Amino acid sequence: MLKKRVAIQDFAAEARLFNRRAVVAMLIVVVLFCLIIFNQYQLQVVSYQDYQTRSEGNRIKVVPMAPNRGLIYDRSGILLAENKPVFSLELVPEQIKDMTATLTSLSELIELSPEQTESFLKQVKAQRRFNSIALKEQLNDTEVAILAANQHRFPGVTVEARLSRHYPFGDLFTHALGYIGKINTRELQQLDADGEAANYAASRDIGKIGLERFYQRELHGTMGYQEVEVNNRGRLIRVLRSVPAVSGQNIHLGLDVGLQLTAQQVLKAQRGAIVAMDPRDGAILAFYSNPSYDPNLFVHGISSANYSALLNSRDRPLINRVTQGTYPPASTIKPHLALLGLETNTITPATKIWDPGYFMLPNSDHRFRDHLRWGHGWVDVYTAIMKSCDTFFYELGIKLGVDRISDYMSKMGFGEKTGIDILEESSGIMPSRGWKRARHNQPWYPGDTVPLSIGQSYWTTTPLQLIVATSVILNQGKLPTPHLVTAFSDDKNKTEHAPALQPVIEVVKESNWQIVMDTMHRTVKELGGTAHRAFIGASYDAAGKTGTAQLAAIAQDAKYDAEAIDERLRDNAMYIGYAPYDNPSIVIAVALENAGGGGSNAAPIARQMLDYYFAAGVNSDE
Amino acid sequence: MNEQFNENARRSRLAMFHIDGPLLLGLLALMGFGLTILYSASGQNIAMMEAQLVRLGVALAVMTAIAQVKPQTLKRWSLPLFLAGLALLVAVLLVGHVGKGAQRWLDLGFMKFQPSEVMKLAVPMAVAWFISSHSLPPRLWHLLVGFMMCAIPTLLIAKQPDLGTSILIAAAGVFVLFMSGMSWRIIAFVAAVISAFLPVLWLFLMHDYQRQRVLTFLNPESDPLGSGYHIIQSKIAIGSGGLEGKGYLQGTQSQLEFLPERHTDFIFAVISEEIGLLGVLVLLSLYLFIIGRCMFIASQAQDNYSKLVAGSFTLTFFVYVFVNIGMVSGLLPVVGVPLPLISYGGTSMVTLLAAFGVIMSVGTHKRILAAP
Repeated sequence: MLKKRVAIQDFAAEARLFNRRAVVAMLIVVVLFCLIIFNQYQLQVVSYQDYQTRSEGNRIKVVPMAPNRGLIYDRSGILLAENKPVFSLELVPEQIKDMTATLTSLSELIELSPEQTESFLKQVKAQRRFNSIALKEQLNDTEVAILAANQHRFPGVTVEARLSRHYPFGDLFTHALGYIGKINTRELQQLDADGEAANYAASRDIGKIGLERFYQRELHGTMGYQEVEVNNRGRLIRVLRSVPAVSGQNIHLGLDVGLQLTAQQVLKAQRGAIVAMDPRDGAILAFYSNPSYDPNLFVHGISSANYSALLNSRDRPLINRVTQGTYPPASTIKPHLALLGLETNTITPATKIWDPGYFMLPNSDHRFRDHLRWGHGWVDVYTAIMKSCDTFFYELGIKLGVDRISDYMSKMGFGEKTGIDILEESSGIMPSRGWKRARHNQPWYPGDTVPLSIGQSYWTTTPLQLIVATSVILNQGKLPTPHLVTAFSDDKNKTEHAPALQPVIEVVKESNWQIVMDTMHRTVKELGGTAHRAFIGASYDAAGKTGTAQLAAIAQDAKYDAEAIDERLRDNAMYIGYAPYDNPSIVIAVALENAGGGGSNAAPIARQMLDYYFAAGVNSDE
Repeated sequence: MNEQFNENARRSRLAMFHIDGPLLLGLLALMGFGLTILYSASGQNIAMMEAQLVRLGVALAVMTAIAQVKPQTLKRWSLPLFLAGLALLVAVLLVGHVGKGAQRWLDLGFMKFQPSEVMKLAVPMAVAWFISSHSLPPRLWHLLVGFMMCAIPTLLIAKQPDLGTSILIAAAGVFVLFMSGMSWRIIAFVAAVISAFLPVLWLFLMHDYQRQRVLTFLNPESDPLGSGYHIIQSKIAIGSGGLEGKGYLQGTQSQLEFLPERHTDFIFAVISEEIGLLGVLVLLSLYLFIIGRCMFIASQAQDNYSKLVAGSFTLTFFVYVFVNIGMVSGLLPVVGVPLPLISYGGTSMVTLLAAFGVIMSVGTHKRILAAP
């Protein structure tokens, strides 16, 4: 009885106890559910923006697309730098069932070296399976054709085309065009500093030298991009948005393929430079430095053997002799000095001096020799230039003094960079008292002025400076900025590019221009003129000035004997000329290293250039 | 009149099969919800959908079958089932198959079998059997025996190693003790003991990968591409779903497979991403309804064994839900617990519905018990 009553009481109490616990448990359940909801609220409402951004960041990748590099044309629209498709054989491992069998079959079709297969298999292991991996690069046309014909047999095997820079004329335009190459760390840092790095996300190459470097920004264009959706393995699911790349601008040069070819042919193995320009606007017509080299070697990365061959060659092909070759101008600057003489009334057209074959400073017995041992006799400014009399200019130079010479010649651009549109340029040296003090820590002696007045001693110029300075005379005081590029174009527009002429010299007497031009005319036209023989029978009316730069110091009274001295110490032959005389459309400089006399060596080369120029009507449309 | 009749007839038909109508409705709604999400989370994989449907069918059949068994019969079988389970756990340690670095499976020839699944049911049933054979609240020595009954299988399973399951099984047993009215003082004492035990667990019982999980949980961003990847991607999926979600089948985290294990353990993140906070609230409501209904059935049961078993199963079910959501949303470390009735998966689904079978048995056999 008692036991049963206890049991009944227990039962009711137990039920209440269980129910209390059930309520507590349910309360805990509800509280924890609220905790979940609170946490969900935090994640999905409070931090929604943050997670939304991170989710988009997961899913959307921006794939940059490189723009096509602008093309480069010569003056008549012939392609000088193009983008050529290069083909590579690529495989997608994911789509290939039996890799070994595929490689074997492929090697039966085209030549595959063990190294290529090995490096390919290494890459297969390293990369994701759906990535396309190159098995062989730079396929030739036959290989491309064979692979295209057998494409159906090889799922997952493709021939991929990529654009690569190509210079069809090889070494003909190298020093003007320059070349492109892979972007290196230093260039990347520079791009970063310029805020340009983002635009180069898809670009592999950058202009290294020449026009390719100078106009890198214009040629490069603007990167495009695709916004793509990717999955967790980075595989592309779909393209969400596509912004096409904007191709770089094409550039059009004043250079002429025919004129360049002529320059290359006439120079043969002769080290030197030929540069020609339209004096009226500074457009460069010919620009050739010999020897040259093939810029295509650099585009895909030059081999170290090839590079050291170029670097160590005694002929120094890497030097751009047009803008970096600094030569004593020698007698080519006599017309410029004559102008200064006339302007300062130091001489007049009537001034005559007696040339005994040498010049001596007062209180000195040192003889500054004329190139004509027995002298020219009585000479005026016309004869002095026509026959390149040194004594006349020794005397004129001493009367003018180094300060006036240096100032005036600097105005004509000597000793200054011309500002041509490539960066490989030297300024040459226009000596002055200050320069000599700074450079040699010595005062200027009158003995320095004497050789200076025939373009020797410390004076060095580039061939380009020579034609710019001569153009100042032809333009009656206006200096042109030489420029290789004459126009830019894109799909729609073509914009001309012509820097304005700079007025640098005002003459006291307008007729002095004519006198100086006349002296150069006589050099070519008159019997006995140093360039007369070179231009006999020319169909056009040319003018010019020869120069022979002495490289080796020759002992007093000794005779210069070309055969007897080392070839590398022989005289440089120089020529500066223009045509037609009455309305010059071309001014040309020829500098030949260790070639001997300017009249007999450099002038004939200028003649051949001008012959072609007029025969082909290179600049006749202007 | 007619409607009333039909309603009564339907009830009686369900009652005849010992099925609790509201609970079945809740379970079916949840399964429907789960299948819909799985279609998206599996990447619209029809084969997986079919497999899951078969699994749900089998599990529902098991539930129905167990519901037919009277609670008294279940009570009689509790201890033998428990002892058999213990034997299997020992067997699995000796000859079990190693999968994913853990020894959990017993190859029966025709199928692989995970004895720990049996223990999910057997441990609370056996503890309830023992406790309910004495008056409530249990005395101290009853509790000690009850704890021992929990501890032995827990340690055996932890040794496999399967820390998540072992903790859940321990919890199931402890819930019986809690529901039986174990005094709050003892609860506080046990909590203190467990806290003291944690360093031992950390140093001697946990494997490296388990320790790594806990460390990752504490700071997932420390290793965003390694062990922290799961939880970071999961939180991104949840957070980016926002209030209304990115749309069904439109979840970028899940469809583009940034979310790992999206159709199994991390399916809650898919729900959050695709149907947003509102969808999560619907899911939680369904869970809360099922838990509430089960707890109601437990409280209405007429013997202590039934109450304790039903109450323990209910709370265990809740713990599954809470642990899964907690780990997926970064509240708890990643322990590898599926989201009940939603995640794609095998044996655990059958075990789960077997437990609901027991609850239904408890809920539908009480009149017959009360009659004499």
